[in-house]
Amino acid sequence: MPKIQANKANNSKIMVPLFAVALGFALGSIVVLITGKNPLMMFNAIIQGSTGINLARGGFNPRHIGELVIQSMPILLTGLSVGFAFRTGLFNIGAEGQLMAGSLAATAIALTVKAPVFIHVPMVLLAGMAAGAAWGAIPGFLKAKFNVHEVVVTIMLNYIALHFNNWSILKVFGSVDRVKTAEFPVTALLKDPWLAAITNGSRLNWGFLPVILAILAYWFILEKTTFGFGLRAVGFNKDAAKYAGMKVERNMVLSMVIAGAFAGLAGAIITTGTFSFGRALTAAEGYGFDGIAVALVGMNKAPGILLAGLLFGMLKSAGPLMQSAGIPREIGGIIQASIVMLVAMKLGLERILLLLRGNIQGLSFLSSDSEEAGV
Amino acid sequence: MSFIIEMLNITKDFPGIRANDNVTLQVEKGSIHALLGENGAGKSTLMSILFGLYEPDAGSIRVRGEPVIINNPNIATQLGIGMVHQHFKLVHNFTVTENIILGLEPRQGLSIDIKKASLKVAELSKLYSLDVDPFSKIEDISVGMHQRVEILKMLYRDAEILIFDEPTAVLTPQEIHELMAVMRRLVEEGKTILLITHKLKEIKAVADICTVLRRGKLINTVEVKNTDEAAMAEMMVGREVSFSVDKSPAKPGEVVLEIEKLNVKNSKGLLAVKDLSLSVKKGEILGLCGIDGNGQTELIQALTGLTKIESGSVKILGKEVASLPVRQRLDMGLGHIPEDRHRHGLVLDFRLDENLVMHSYGHLPYAHYGVLDFYAIRKNAERLIKEFDVRAGQGPDTLARSMSGGNQQKAILAREIDRSPEAFIIAQPTRGLDVGAIEYIHKRIVAERDKNKAILLVSLELDEILNVSDRIAVIYDGMIVGIVDTDKTDEYELGLMMSGSLRKAV
Repeated sequence: MPKIQANKANNSKIMVPLFAVALGFALGSIVVLITGKNPLMMFNAIIQGSTGINLARGGFNPRHIGELVIQSMPILLTGLSVGFAFRTGLFNIGAEGQLMAGSLAATAIALTVKAPVFIHVPMVLLAGMAAGAAWGAIPGFLKAKFNVHEVVVTIMLNYIALHFNNWSILKVFGSVDRVKTAEFPVTALLKDPWLAAITNGSRLNWGFLPVILAILAYWFILEKTTFGFGLRAVGFNKDAAKYAGMKVERNMVLSMVIAGAFAGLAGAIITTGTFSFGRALTAAEGYGFDGIAVALVGMNKAPGILLAGLLFGMLKSAGPLMQSAGIPREIGGIIQASIVMLVAMKLGLERILLLLRGNIQGLSFLSSDSEEAGV
Repeated sequence: MSFIIEMLNITKDFPGIRANDNVTLQVEKGSIHALLGENGAGKSTLMSILFGLYEPDAGSIRVRGEPVIINNPNIATQLGIGMVHQHFKLVHNFTVTENIILGLEPRQGLSIDIKKASLKVAELSKLYSLDVDPFSKIEDISVGMHQRVEILKMLYRDAEILIFDEPTAVLTPQEIHELMAVMRRLVEEGKTILLITHKLKEIKAVADICTVLRRGKLINTVEVKNTDEAAMAEMMVGREVSFSVDKSPAKPGEVVLEIEKLNVKNSKGLLAVKDLSLSVKKGEILGLCGIDGNGQTELIQALTGLTKIESGSVKILGKEVASLPVRQRLDMGLGHIPEDRHRHGLVLDFRLDENLVMHSYGHLPYAHYGVLDFYAIRKNAERLIKEFDVRAGQGPDTLARSMSGGNQQKAILAREIDRSPEAFIIAQPTRGLDVGAIEYIHKRIVAERDKNKAILLVSLELDEILNVSDRIAVIYDGMIVGIVDTDKTDEYELGLMMSGSLRKAV
């Protein structure tokens, strides 16, 4: 009995996000139908956006693959940021701010340091990570020391990061047009003409290498190290972790530091990969919230976050293609939002899944306390 | 005699397990009928079927002789069946009356006629000698009173058959005593009671008839007055059970755990442990008994480093540990079985093998340079599972959450004993466990004593204290009011000390 139950539980854990994704696309199709367009054109745009192959008209354009990677990289990293904090029981709404802190630090190093590329680029990335980490340490410390709720602190720090970034771009780095700084020297850039050339002029850059390393690091730290064991224990049950002699407060701070580093890395990659100058922003760009969605759908596990990040990146990169096929680009946003909403309705989805299996008894089984029932 | 409830040849399958296998239960009107079985024997499933939460796969139900189909709880309520759940379902900032009428509010125009309702509540309370004030707020009254409010809820709905699901698990000895009187009073007024429990003493005290289930099967239905506890235990467990713990006299050696003038505050900032001094020697079990809430929790937490102390000293083998963090105390030879195994003892969402290395995951052989060695962790789990007979469906991979209470406790015991601590603090080791598991755990505790360890056993169960301890200290209002040798005392004397009316030279 326990074996069957556990397998079932595992299956439904993976089934819920998959089912949510399928339903999300179905809902998107319905909306497309309502606007009077052919949903198949939407799927064509999505396939084109992820593989570069245009099924409807034929042809292959590798630029779309490059754009998919570009769109996925930052939300993958903010997804790792949110997910990492969450595994320690903390809700990091501040990936956006940590990203901006990282972006600003990357700008500073890119503009002020003169070094060959193999030193300059790592310096830029490390500076981004360090700044993000420091920005994440603040809510972590306040939570550990004074039990201030991290949600409130991280939201406020997002605003502070935004305005501090803008002030610095204008006043410290002397932006002439009030929008961006001077161009970075080539030695600081992740951009590479060769990468652009093989993807037919996309914005693809070397940023994907640190992103892959980040995903591996996330998996390794959480699943394989003693440090990660402690973090996960704190995330599941703070009291038991304390009883076992783990340093709960220290773990919470360190978890936020690492979460911040992931987001800070995203900032550095955007600034020196997608762009080549520091930018003043009118508002937050939404990477932090996308990260929450990615972590949620990816169930805070490394492989899940990778898949969810690519999925949402795909929806983003398919936006312009949908538009050129006459389908509103907002459909991508609608699909993403429905998927997130459906994953959040986990319990409801599990019941629907059970119903689909014709297991009516399962309903009453679920509704009672399944720990005690039937053991 | 007529049967008010008949559940005939009930079978209920869950995926992979038959929870009830051809079970027949016949309850006489006006009796107290006990349903006895270990955790997982199928008692709760059977009652859930009667209450309409599950439908049986085979078998039939008759109420007052009429065949009925109960497929939802509302039908059960209409038939006069009420359930007093183990975990009370009350709104804490509502009054007693408001809680009782919830869902069936008597109305006067648009407003609730609270006056009428409270009169009825008061009347019922008086009739059944429940002594409940209809206007008290739930948050201001004791747990025992909460239970009475639940009973009143059933009576207000004209229930004739009351199902009590493990009603004494949360009560103090006094409250248990009072509850039994209430049950007898209910039966006098013509109600019928179904009592789900695994405590033999309670059955012996109140029940008329007892039906025993084991692994989903009906074992026997017996008259309580003609059956003794040992016989019922044997039916429940399937083998002979010894209640007394076999042990030789203690051979106490030097002092291992020494507590001196310890003061500890509780979460409300009040002193909960006051100038407490106690010492535990090698090779002895010192039992600490007292009524719940007299400072036991704070004392344990202070000894183990979960709470800061105000003043005083705690020494393990002569070394001061009162200001050390938890990990260092553990390394100095402290062992701790926590009183709340779900809150402190286990990470329920971790696998069993991970839970078994909660203290030691950082050292060899479980970790090399900060990287976990899951092979070694698994081997460790396999060894402990075998040695301590921990039953877990998927072995080391089983989620702690999906294990039964007894096996969870065995896992904690295995982890702690395996570290072979010199000073072992054991709190409530058998709370909520069945006879078989209790017997096993007591045996292992005595075995640790015989390995010359110093053991402080904190328990609310007087029987446990009397059976296992060599010496007994009684705590009252944060102070030790007496220390006695187990063979020179009895339940009566301890009871007087626990209530603060007797002190014996410390």
